Amino acid sequence: MHIVVCVKQVPETQNVKIDPTTNTLVRQGVASMMNPFDRFALEAALRIKDMDRDNVNITVITMGPPQAKEVLIDALSRGADDAVLLSDQAFAGADTWATSYTLASAIRKLGSVDLIICGKQAIDGDTAQVGPELATLLDLPYATYVSRIEFLEPRVLKITRQTDEGTAVWKVPLPALLTVLKDVGIPRVRSYRATLRARRYEVPIWGISDLRLSKESVGLKGSFTQVIKVFSPQRAKDRTFIEGSVSEQAARLYELLKKQGVPGL
Amino acid sequence: MKALIDENLCTGCGTCIDVCPVGAITLSEGKAKVSDECTLCGICVDSCEFGAISLPKVGTGELPRDYETYRGIWVYAEWRHGTIHRVSYELLSKARQLADKKHVPLASVLLGYRLNGLERDLFNYGADIVYVVDHPSLAYFTDEAYGNVLAYLAKEYRPEILLAGATSIGRSFIPRVAALLKTGLTADCTDLDINEEGLLVQTRPAFGGNIMASILCPYGRPQMATVRPRVMEACRLAETRSGVLERVSVPEELFKSRIEVLEETVCEGPSASIVEADVVISGGRGLGRKENFRMLEELARLVNGAVGASRGAVESGFADPSQQVGQTGRTVAPVLYMAVGISGAIQHVVGMQGSRIIVAVNKDPQAPIFNVCHYGVVADLFEFIPEFIKLVKGGC
Ligand SMILES: Cc1cc2nc3c(=O)[nH]c(=O)nc-3n(C[C@H](O)[C@H](O)[C@H](O)COP(=O)(O)OP(=O)(O)OC[C@H]3O[C@@H](n4cnc5c(N)ncnc54)[C@H](O)[C@@H]3O)c2cc1C
Ligand SMILES: Nc1ncnc2c1ncn2[C@@H]1O[C@H](COP(=O)(O)O)[C@@H](O)[C@H]1O
Repeated sequence: MHIVVCVKQVPETQNVKIDPTTNTLVRQGVASMMNPFDRFALEAALRIKDMDRDNVNITVITMGPPQAKEVLIDALSRGADDAVLLSDQAFAGADTWATSYTLASAIRKLGSVDLIICGKQAIDGDTAQVGPELATLLDLPYATYVSRIEFLEPRVLKITRQTDEGTAVWKVPLPALLTVLKDVGIPRVRSYRATLRARRYEVPIWGISDLRLSKESVGLKGSFTQVIKVFSPQRAKDRTFIEGSVSEQAARLYELLKKQGVPGL
Repeated sequence: MKALIDENLCTGCGTCIDVCPVGAITLSEGKAKVSDECTLCGICVDSCEFGAISLPKVGTGELPRDYETYRGIWVYAEWRHGTIHRVSYELLSKARQLADKKHVPLASVLLGYRLNGLERDLFNYGADIVYVVDHPSLAYFTDEAYGNVLAYLAKEYRPEILLAGATSIGRSFIPRVAALLKTGLTADCTDLDINEEGLLVQTRPAFGGNIMASILCPYGRPQMATVRPRVMEACRLAETRSGVLERVSVPEELFKSRIEVLEETVCEGPSASIVEADVVISGGRGLGRKENFRMLEELARLVNGAVGASRGAVESGFADPSQQVGQTGRTVAPVLYMAVGISGAIQHVVGMQGSRIIVAVNKDPQAPIFNVCHYGVVADLFEFIPEFIKLVKGGC
């Protein structure tokens, strides 16, 4: 069984803050990390491998700048078997369509794949679109917001997914794609042996020529959505501190909320 | 490809260097220089007060061949347990304004099984036309069948704009529709408008809400967006507004889904409803003990709200993981969000900043939660909350 895990390198959000005076984004250092949800995606794959070590192979794949290789090394150090880096100047500026399109070409090039696991969403864009778009381009069934993965038969999964109001249990035949939540399991730490292997592992780098893609079909050129303006959100512009003794504070807040028509008050 | 610097305008002030999240900008000979590390996120564009930075354009500049034939705005009507989800009314109200601005019709699409009568309110909230596909295979939501049918309808009727709620359903199957139609999709918008060229301007938060981005889809049709619940006002236009109801039959093979729904459960109790509730009272590590959450539960019960929690509270065992709000929990946007004993870490804030009114109760005046709240109460929660409960009880 061949599992592909899609991982993305994202800036560490702890270091992304708003400067209170200029109201612009400040970044201290250039720390980046594996998208937290993708760690759960990897963990979900590793748990399947734990059940049948010799017959499950995990490939981690990422599209990004050359330094995105770091997240692949990290994944290999936690037990992934293989890794592929999709990196090319032409890939820059990809929206979710162009990202999914590029990932789909690479996964086709990998050959037979039984299961693709993505994170619920990437914390830089928070779109949660790449998983469903990738599955659609590869014509695979998919399930999003998956919290639990079980096997009904060797090639049929029973998954539990979170909905806005509860859960749903679905029967999913392989090959398929899943996007997962943190509930699939706590990500394991790096192992000594895997880390040694990861250090020696030569990560293949695929560009547009390896994937036989045209420059026009990837990156910014292959994208549909264009960012035209970026600005700071207006936050708490009308913040009011409620002063006074505790009972005065409670009374004032109560009146304010009631006046604004908060339901239930 | 990378951000473009106009050397004539660049003063070499270096502001962009500090804001670049990937460290791709350096100063060379007094001018900003962008390296290949640039991910084209666009943050620097906004930071430059001299207007020296721009992003290269998307696409190949080619409009879809049949672009002139796309007309009208569509809103996907989501339903649960036989009622239309509020977000669909919110979207119809907004889309009505956009449709009037563009002088085009507004349609709504209803997919399901035995949904008789649900279309009436879609008209009342602004739809001119309602397309209904009624089929037993649509009794339960699956991405495949729903996605196939909506994409088919969009191919047949060619709306210029297609909108849906950014609920767990919308965020799941709308990307499939976009991929099948080969067009762009903007997730989780908080504002929509029409620009001078008649294009849909889609505004959404990015980088965990630290920045806002306005996005166009110039070369894909339809222009598609999912929109966060509760950011737009639902406005019923009339008690009975008439419109055209069109029952559409579509090819049988579209209903085929490789996935089988075995079970659907609705969780009762305070935890599962945080996404839907009008009022969310969330507790953090400041509550100190699990028992103290009862106070919040009592308050939530009084206002018919739900109880949320920070990860700090969940990790300390005060609350259930399903109650967690934030980056690794649920995203909520109620009318009132009350953060009690929560410090306001960015990972928490991204899950609640869309709330209409945010109240923070914290004894530390320096707590970062006060940077994102509308009303700040610097107080000991153990004194404040019981006082507040007394008032709510008295008022009921
Ligand atoms: C990858 C990642 C993902 C994360 N995802 C999430 C997420 O989804 N959701 C989330 O919430 N966090 C998340 N976190 C954790 C987040 O960074 C914070 O650690 C967490 O939110 C802190 O919880 P807290 O505010 O309850 O606790 P604390 O930071 O300990 O704050 C407790 C607050 O209570 C106040 N307080 C104490 N006693 C009283 C009193 N008697 N009266 C009034 N106030 C009092 C204190 O002043 C303090 O501000 C994530 C972290 C990481 C690294
Ligand atoms: N550049 C990328 N390379 C590999 N996987 C990605 C990339 N972008 C997104 N993904 C995958 O798609 C998921 C959703 O991302 P997003 O749609 O950007 O929120 C992530 O959790 C990853 O699993």
